[in-house]
Amino acid sequence: MAEATEFSARQGVATPPPGVLKRAFDSDVFYSFRHSPITMLAAAITLLGFIGAIFAPWLATQNPFDLRTLNLMDASLPPAWIEGGEAKYLFGTDNQGRDVFSTILYGSRVSLLVGVGSVLLALVLGVGLGLLSGYVGGTIDAFIMRVADVQLSFPAILIALLIDGITRAILPREAHDAAAVYVLILSIGASGWVQYARTVRGSTMVEKNKEYVQAARVIGLHPVAIMLRHVLPNVMGPVLVIATIHLAVAIITEATLSFLGVGVPPTQPSLGTLIRIGNNFLFSGEWWITVFPGAALVIMVLAVNLLGDWLRDALNPKLR
Amino acid sequence: MADGAAPARDPNAGPLLSVRDIARSFDVSRPWLARMLEGQPRLLLKAVDGVSFDIPRGETLSLVGESGCGKSTVARLVVGLYRPSRGTINFDGVNVTALRTRAALKPVRRRFQMIFQDPYASLNPRWRVRDIIAEPIRAHRLMKDNQEIGRRVDELLRLVRLSPADGEKYPHEFSGGQRQRISIARALSSNPDFLVCDEPTSALDVSVQAQILNLMKDLQRELGLTYLFISHNLAVVFHISDRVGVMYLGRIVELADVKALFASPQHPYTRLLLDAIPDLEMSGRGRTPVAGEVPNPLDPPTGCAFHPRCPWANERCRRETPVMKPVPGGASSSGTVAACHAVEEGRIGPGPTQK
Amino acid sequence: MSAPATRANRPLLDVRNLHVEFPTRRGRLVAVDDVSFHIDAGEVLGVVGESGAGKSLTGAAIIGLLEPPGRIAGGEVLLDGKRIDNLPAEQLRRIRGRQIGAVFQDPLTSLDPLFTVGQQLTETITTHLDLSESEARNRAIELLREVGIPGAERRIDHYPHQFSGGMRQRVVIALALCAQPRLIIADEPTTALDVSIQAQIITLLKRLCRDHGAAVMLVTHDMGVIAETADRVAVMYAGRIAEIGPVADVIQRPRHPYTVGLMGSIPKLDRAVPRLVQIEGSMPRLNAIPTGCAFNPRCPKVFERCRIERPELFPVGGSAAACWLHATTLAEAARG
Repeated sequence: MAEATEFSARQGVATPPPGVLKRAFDSDVFYSFRHSPITMLAAAITLLGFIGAIFAPWLATQNPFDLRTLNLMDASLPPAWIEGGEAKYLFGTDNQGRDVFSTILYGSRVSLLVGVGSVLLALVLGVGLGLLSGYVGGTIDAFIMRVADVQLSFPAILIALLIDGITRAILPREAHDAAAVYVLILSIGASGWVQYARTVRGSTMVEKNKEYVQAARVIGLHPVAIMLRHVLPNVMGPVLVIATIHLAVAIITEATLSFLGVGVPPTQPSLGTLIRIGNNFLFSGEWWITVFPGAALVIMVLAVNLLGDWLRDALNPKLR
Repeated sequence: MADGAAPARDPNAGPLLSVRDIARSFDVSRPWLARMLEGQPRLLLKAVDGVSFDIPRGETLSLVGESGCGKSTVARLVVGLYRPSRGTINFDGVNVTALRTRAALKPVRRRFQMIFQDPYASLNPRWRVRDIIAEPIRAHRLMKDNQEIGRRVDELLRLVRLSPADGEKYPHEFSGGQRQRISIARALSSNPDFLVCDEPTSALDVSVQAQILNLMKDLQRELGLTYLFISHNLAVVFHISDRVGVMYLGRIVELADVKALFASPQHPYTRLLLDAIPDLEMSGRGRTPVAGEVPNPLDPPTGCAFHPRCPWANERCRRETPVMKPVPGGASSSGTVAACHAVEEGRIGPGPTQK
Repeated sequence: MSAPATRANRPLLDVRNLHVEFPTRRGRLVAVDDVSFHIDAGEVLGVVGESGAGKSLTGAAIIGLLEPPGRIAGGEVLLDGKRIDNLPAEQLRRIRGRQIGAVFQDPLTSLDPLFTVGQQLTETITTHLDLSESEARNRAIELLREVGIPGAERRIDHYPHQFSGGMRQRVVIALALCAQPRLIIADEPTTALDVSIQAQIITLLKRLCRDHGAAVMLVTHDMGVIAETADRVAVMYAGRIAEIGPVADVIQRPRHPYTVGLMGSIPKLDRAVPRLVQIEGSMPRLNAIPTGCAFNPRCPKVFERCRIERPELFPVGGSAAACWLHATTLAEAARG
């Protein structure tokens, strides 16, 4: 027996395992990342967007919502490179003298918060229900999937409007304004879980019949433990892809809702609110108030979508 | 090896595993709505239909048969992956079929484990080998201390002829044979006395199959294990078993000691199987491959399920389902039971003795 | 039909120094490395080896069906004296249908589920032979009867899913025989089948080879199938031929230590042994093929030369083995 052990050592089986970083760097996914310039650009833009949003208070030249820092004398200035623009207001100012660049940073903060928050909510809800549905099957599966079918027959915007309407009716106005972000997260998140649930249910039904899950059942593991420890890690690949693409959709949905005026209040505007406010000045020639937040939104969503597309291809073994 | 926890047993106690008349049907009908609309009846597939056998401690019983004969279903019934629709399974004197809750089953579960066919699907690809092997230990709380578990895992890795350093790796870094070793190590980690092996070598190359079969035999001797071995490969079955059950369409048609079965097969189906094995010795043995194929299990033939392919079939075989009866006659077939009217009536002479 | 008999001294299929490689981002993987063999008309050559030995790739390379990025990196494939490995895809496709028939492991993937077997057979027949629709149909029925499908007149209008696994494999064989090919490449034709069906298919293949005088390359991992069917056998290991010779010689008097181990590791029915012969370790992955003889880390008879220098095939007895142990016979022969 000692000989056999030595043998496997001689075959190089006994080399120390490479570190996690090294393995990640060596992986096929990372390889395809390094060989796709567009993906790297998209990732850089997404990263910049998140950094800008998170560190907005330190990056912005002013706090556009602190009235003391505003100067009405600087209202409606064009972007810096156009005649009449000022260097400290890169993208110009709005009618109240707020720096458009700063409002974009603060606005993307709200947009990303709502986006990430609602994706997380939908993901937890959808993955949980999908796992349950796929693993347990039977009546529970049928019930969850019928609820999903019904849910899918309502457009996401409609559900969001409904939830927003209900909370508006229940909460007093100030409380609603304060809770607006969370209401948005709830409405967008609640309408997005179906896709996760269906995908996870499908993969769970495949994984459930694999022998490693049967082995865990023979060992006598609790079904919940099998779902969380065995099945869950093996169905998360497609979920990541959906989450990335869903993030772009969620940001757009939030912008749409805010543009329609049922999103966040103007006192803490998101990109969508900014576009709506700017829209009013479009015809008076102050295009920069709405175009720059709009461009920021488009670029951010495009970058996230490109990232999602790449992830889908990179994780799909058939395309490799 | 590390089997200090094994309780002292009365060597004269009954068989370790005793299976009586187990059956299992699967509902393969279309969904309820479609069935109602098209007026179709429920479709029940009788995967296993009344199977009984005993396995004494330290011995190996093999179930052999072609695809769809129900041998893998029997394996899954025995380990509790399926619940039998009928019949009882006694493990070391405990009626396992009567234990309904997970908690009640747990002490028994520790004592039997399973090895699967596909070494690529039977290990969770996202777990380190070390954690895969330790899973039964943790699930049954056999050891609390992580260091102790680590030492036990190292010991198990050496037991299956791998190196302790392999524990840090992931399954995809191993070849099929090495993965099957990992599977065996996992199965052994809770000190079981009984292993159900479902085609453990059929996905492996012959030279690797030899390694695994040798390992399994060594482990059986060292640890006093009892095996239920499922295979379609008669040569493998001949090599590893003490007793062999031949299955056809959900039933055992012949159950015999390995030497008796291969020296004087009784049931016509057993004879067919033995005759179909490619001849490695190139003796130029002329053979007459029996025509026909396994019938559709959803619509099995009446009487003896084998009668449409059987050269000895007569009216009684078409009408009456034969039951397992001890084979009359010579000493060579003592202990052989077969379900065949022709054998019972002496219509078939002693089997063509294999070399 | 019996043209090959007139040119008996030229092998029907001649493979010379075939190399197949896969370019990957970590370098080129050589999957088939300098493989040469020939098959005469009416002869069955078994190619046996474990998974990853390159046996299936050799077959795929000959019929020009390598999955990209795999490609032929060197060597020649001659069919009846004419090179076919460098032909344009369209010409090769025609030869593949007309002169080479292929039978694969999984009969389901070889048949189109949307067409009846009759449609598939007649289409293939009319593409390659100058026959009318009804003549082709008659020939299709004849073929189905020949491969042993009962009720061929009725079964011809059935879809593949209406056939059982064994019957489907018969249909695939009939499909391969449509254009009366002179070479049949069968890749694990019996692996997916049960033993009793396997025996029927082996018998069928043997009979067809005899009746049609076709050359057959039978790729399998099952020595038993080889023993029953083949005239000669090539044992492959890590992309190379380790031993090649008449099937009785290779099976009963294996010369290469790998073949010896392989034969010993097969459980046999005629004698009970407590332990099977065991070859330690496993076949090297393509990216880690040892220098010298690829088998040297697992070889019980390894010596210094095996680790440094790669052995060519040396004649020994009736066969040839790529092993330094048998280089002496060559030297002796030269001396004597």
